[in-house]
Amino acid sequence: MENEVTNILLVGVGGQGIIVASDIMTDVFLEAGYDVKKSEIHGMAQRGGSVTSHVRFGKKVYSPIIKQGDADILLAFERLEALRWVNHLRGDGTVVMNDHKINPPAVNLGQMSYPERIEEILEKHCGRLHVLPATRLAEEAGDIRSTNVVLLGALSHLCSIREGLWIDVILKRLPPKVHSLNQRAFSLGRRHLRG
Amino acid sequence: MKRVLKGNEAIARGAYEAGVRFAAAYPGTPSSEILDTIGREYEEIYAEWAPNEKVALEAAIGASIGGARAMACMKHVGVNVAADPLMTLSYTGVRGGIVLVTADDPGLYSSQNEQDNRNYAKFAKIPMLEPSDSQEAKDFVRIGFDLSEGFDTPVMVRSVTRISHSKTVVRLEDRCQAPIPVKVEKNPPKWVMLPLYGRERHKTVEERLAELEAYAADFPENRMELNDPKKGIITAGISYQYVKEIFPHYSCLKLGMVWPLSKTLIQRFCDQVEEVYVVEELDPFLEENLKIMGFPVNGGKRLFPRCGELNPLLVEKGLKGPDFREPAGVEAGTLPPRPPNMCAGCPHRGIFYVLKRKGFFVAGDIGCYTLAALPPLTALDSCICMGASIGQAHGLSKVLGPDDRRRVVAVIGDSTFIHGGITPLIDIAYNRGDATVILLDNHATAMTGFQEHPATGFTIRGEPTERLDFVGLAKSVGIKNIRVTNPWNLEEIERAITEETDSGASSLIINQGPCAMLRREIKEYHPPYAIDQDKCTGCRMCLGLGCPAISWNPVKGDEAAQAEGRKGKGFSSIEKSLCPGCGLCVQVCRFDAIYPTGGEAVCGFETRSRESSEGRTSLEGKHGK
Repeated sequence: MENEVTNILLVGVGGQGIIVASDIMTDVFLEAGYDVKKSEIHGMAQRGGSVTSHVRFGKKVYSPIIKQGDADILLAFERLEALRWVNHLRGDGTVVMNDHKINPPAVNLGQMSYPERIEEILEKHCGRLHVLPATRLAEEAGDIRSTNVVLLGALSHLCSIREGLWIDVILKRLPPKVHSLNQRAFSLGRRHLRG
Repeated sequence: MKRVLKGNEAIARGAYEAGVRFAAAYPGTPSSEILDTIGREYEEIYAEWAPNEKVALEAAIGASIGGARAMACMKHVGVNVAADPLMTLSYTGVRGGIVLVTADDPGLYSSQNEQDNRNYAKFAKIPMLEPSDSQEAKDFVRIGFDLSEGFDTPVMVRSVTRISHSKTVVRLEDRCQAPIPVKVEKNPPKWVMLPLYGRERHKTVEERLAELEAYAADFPENRMELNDPKKGIITAGISYQYVKEIFPHYSCLKLGMVWPLSKTLIQRFCDQVEEVYVVEELDPFLEENLKIMGFPVNGGKRLFPRCGELNPLLVEKGLKGPDFREPAGVEAGTLPPRPPNMCAGCPHRGIFYVLKRKGFFVAGDIGCYTLAALPPLTALDSCICMGASIGQAHGLSKVLGPDDRRRVVAVIGDSTFIHGGITPLIDIAYNRGDATVILLDNHATAMTGFQEHPATGFTIRGEPTERLDFVGLAKSVGIKNIRVTNPWNLEEIERAITEETDSGASSLIINQGPCAMLRREIKEYHPPYAIDQDKCTGCRMCLGLGCPAISWNPVKGDEAAQAEGRKGKGFSSIEKSLCPGCGLCVQVCRFDAIYPTGGEAVCGFETRSRESSEGRTSLEGKHGK
């Protein structure tokens, strides 16, 4: 059975703009002519909890969630969350990880420690690992809140969809006063991955 | 035109296209965005947030009696609240169509149970439609209204979190004109459920169910997909998508209507396949009813879990049996969990801090503050359903001895209080109780996305309206002591709780401070705090607040030697990008180690809440707002 569907799993922490990023992706894939399904889980809290969003596109998509072990790309907004979800990736899949750390409560309280050697473990379980300082790049673009758009820029480099379409969809969703900021954020992310 | 819509947005669109005139709901995850969307996008529909689900459905019944198409939306546990009118609505039937949307939550992403509301359709003897993606969510609402009017019955449409919160492609259509004129027509035998009329209507209900079952045999949304004749899967809703994902070559009977079930149709399907499997989430609802009809179900709950959400992997595992191979795991050690947390700057963190330190038994309720049950606050001792905290505190106070009684309080949020807390508050007053109720008033239904409620002063469309006055309400039902506290003053909170629980009289403490995320209430910004490492002794008192902005930094080796004198071989620090400058931690620190920075504030508070308020409110005067 040939899998014609591309699976992208976005993971991170509530408040990082994951849902908006996956909404943008969904619109881009629809505009590009694909069937697309997206499913998000935002736990009980508005902010601070673990957040995931599944995006699947292809000729025909059935399940809105990615089967464990079938994700082609893991787009992680935070380091620990990348590690938590890497078992959802296929063996030859790609990880794009924001090199940013947000302590969970047990670490804040000194009860557990934040895991080390995350890159090492990820590399063993994926085909390709890209680490980028998305939060810092967002600051460079002008606002830390554009971290999600930096990561979309990086991801866009891995999808064969023209850059202009991404920009169009992003700008359509955002008020004009933040257009140039987000254009900067997008190209910083895209350029960083192109290397 | 094609768009990707969330299941909830598609349901809202379905209501619009079906010519719905009236929609009411009480917010509850995963259903909330249905009314949010109608309020925002479809002016043609009158929309309102009701105080609770029972009221929402009753108002919809009124609109239907007038001939308008009406919708009521709620989460699965909301149907429990609306069950009283629902059971009798089944008897009266409708004039304008009624669709009741139930959004179930398999997996309990944000609920207190994972009940399967397909059982309600059978219980109420009404049809239940179950969409499997957003396109169907939209279509089934419209079909639901046609069926409702065609068979004189309310119709339930069941979503689950995975449908409500998934986005899939939808083709949009125009709004249609509902067929029935809006006017009042008197018809007591239909609308007055006296025993005399009710007995007659029960017969009608049974006849209707038989007619619906006959209709279900050829209902176009009950779809037979014949492929491999060896395995036949009977399924519905989201489970259908998982089956198609993993076993696209199996034969499928995909039910759009999960109640009533057509024996004729199922027989037709079973005749064409060798083995019949049922794939469904949660209860063996289809399986049991198929077995009652005498069909040989080979695989059902024997292969799939009864608890929790289904997913493609579980479907594969169940149907493949011994041939299934688990995907390889990743050895990353034990990772720190990342549970949801009360926000930095939550106005109700202080209350829970005090209650925990004083060792109170806290009867809790449904809302963000339920999270106070988690460490380090661990200050919530029960949580049942909307409004139950007050009733529990009353019951406890009636059976406990005088000393224990003084150690019990109820906590409840503002929206939840309006939903289900007013009647038990009346119970306390009426039955001469002395329980203490703490109303955590943050001016919003915060957890579900800041929906308005009767005490915010705004309607769903942001129009100013009457604002429920909690002090006046408590006074009128007969609560003896009523006071408003400042959430940013721990001493004042502690004094209020001690005095009221000691008073031997019924009391309501209104802890009033807007949700830290509620932008319109933020009037003044305060600079974030920082911790002076030289003054911090490492006593960890500030960590007990559970504030996400405060973290512990252990010191190791040589540094630890130098750190002698610190109790905990480390120090606390504050992440300034998260700190809204609420100042609770300053009150907790005994070493003056926490100071305000001159830095730029990222979030803030309403100024009024920070001014010290004046003890017990005189019953004649001050109304808090």
